[in-house]
Amino acid sequence: MKRLAFMALAPFCVLLLQGCAGWQSALDPKGPAAGELAWLIWFFTALCAVVWVLVMIALAAPLVMRSRPGDEPLLLNAGAERRKMRVVVSAVGLTAIILIGLTLLSFFANRTLAAIGSDAALTIRVTGHQWWWEVRYENATPSRILTTANEVHIPAGEPVRLLLTSTDVIHSFWIPSLAGKLDLIPGHMNVLDIKADKPGVYRGQCAEFCGAQHANMGTFIIAEPRSKFDAWLNDQLQPAGAPASGEAKAGADLFLKRPCVMCHRIGGTPAGGTVAPDLTHIASRKTLAAGTLTMSRGNLAAWIADPQGIKPGSHMPVADLNGDELNAIVAYLEGLK
Amino acid sequence: MRQALAMLLPLTLALVACQREERDTRPQSALGSGEQPTPVTTLEPGGQRPSPTDNKAASFEANAFHMSEGKRLFSWFNCSGCHANGGGGMGPALMDEKWLYGSSIESIHATIRDGRPNGMPSFGQKIPDDQMWELAAYVRALGGNAPSSAAPQRNDDMMVHPSENRLPDAATLGKSP
Repeated sequence: MKRLAFMALAPFCVLLLQGCAGWQSALDPKGPAAGELAWLIWFFTALCAVVWVLVMIALAAPLVMRSRPGDEPLLLNAGAERRKMRVVVSAVGLTAIILIGLTLLSFFANRTLAAIGSDAALTIRVTGHQWWWEVRYENATPSRILTTANEVHIPAGEPVRLLLTSTDVIHSFWIPSLAGKLDLIPGHMNVLDIKADKPGVYRGQCAEFCGAQHANMGTFIIAEPRSKFDAWLNDQLQPAGAPASGEAKAGADLFLKRPCVMCHRIGGTPAGGTVAPDLTHIASRKTLAAGTLTMSRGNLAAWIADPQGIKPGSHMPVADLNGDELNAIVAYLEGLK
Repeated sequence: MRQALAMLLPLTLALVACQREERDTRPQSALGSGEQPTPVTTLEPGGQRPSPTDNKAASFEANAFHMSEGKRLFSWFNCSGCHANGGGGMGPALMDEKWLYGSSIESIHATIRDGRPNGMPSFGQKIPDDQMWELAAYVRALGGNAPSSAAPQRNDDMMVHPSENRLPDAATLGKSP
């Protein structure tokens, strides 16, 4: 009966493997670093599974085998002892060779990882905050430095160097489909090189518990062909567009008069706060509040009206706005493409 | 049986630790109800409470969470631009015992909300009310007016002055015991 139940469960376990694909999976690599790691995972798992099966067979054999009538447990047979000794010694030797081999494999994989970004042309500084990501595209020309949030656009097929740091607590940057995880540590800069083989959107997640909203600290790597990436970068470097409608114009005014202006920056306006996400082109992003909500007018309004209901404990306060003010500010932000 | 009961008692006591500090980050006020009351008098220095009916003061004053939030906001909102980490610069010092407009948390809240002559701007529209109370609670801690058990005890960056819980107590400062 029990066995039947297990057999009935088996097909459902296969369903669990469905979770191994998609835009956030270490087993579905989309870049050289993740590919190297995935290969290691599979090889280690397969080899260890074989060893495990062999050990289990060796352990089970004496239980299953019938003892022959002539066997006397206390009597030592020199020839049989020597045979057994040879088996044990060769098994120990094989174990040592396998362990050294696996160590070498992981060592060479590490070398490959380290070589990915040696000729990276693009450097991006990613700063962790409770609970969002500040993304800064470094450039020797100050006017070409771009600060944005939560979404990292990169050119596909090119290595990119990420400089990781934090301003409050330790976070960890993890894009399973592209690379292993690396910590963001206050007062220290870590270097992570990534490369996406093909254009696509890859989700990432903070991988070091960092407080109440650790789970809602997502990020997206958006890999695009070079030409598209350059166009995106040029668009983002532009100051915010002028509000289109009368309502949006009122919203732009309110943005500067009400609590928004204390923390957020909008390029081309007097709003210059740097402690919260840059909103210059907020409507061009896919999500709000570090991957918590999808970008839409309704979600924008919900996030401004009740940030503590959506992301309790986050540093976005409830601003006392009435309905008209809220609508006006949302109309303005919605136009910031 | 008796032994099992004796073991259960400390385990039950351990459950007491499950109570978590309540942090009210979501003010009760509905959208747009945060209209700031217009101060009825401009004369309120010297400790006279400008809004004695406001019950928020008690819940924010000497509350460790609110004071540490106030400390974060103090640097986020660049109060140091004029008050220089409490030492004073363009604006008056906040860590001495001189209070031009009263040292009560209500007076400090009113100062932030409505501004004061000769430079202090009004932040009434720009900072949500609860955050102003947090700032006011922290400013009181800067001057040694908060219990050291609750005042902020660490700095995120380099120390510019001892953390607030190690500042001398304003009540006993300069007086021989």
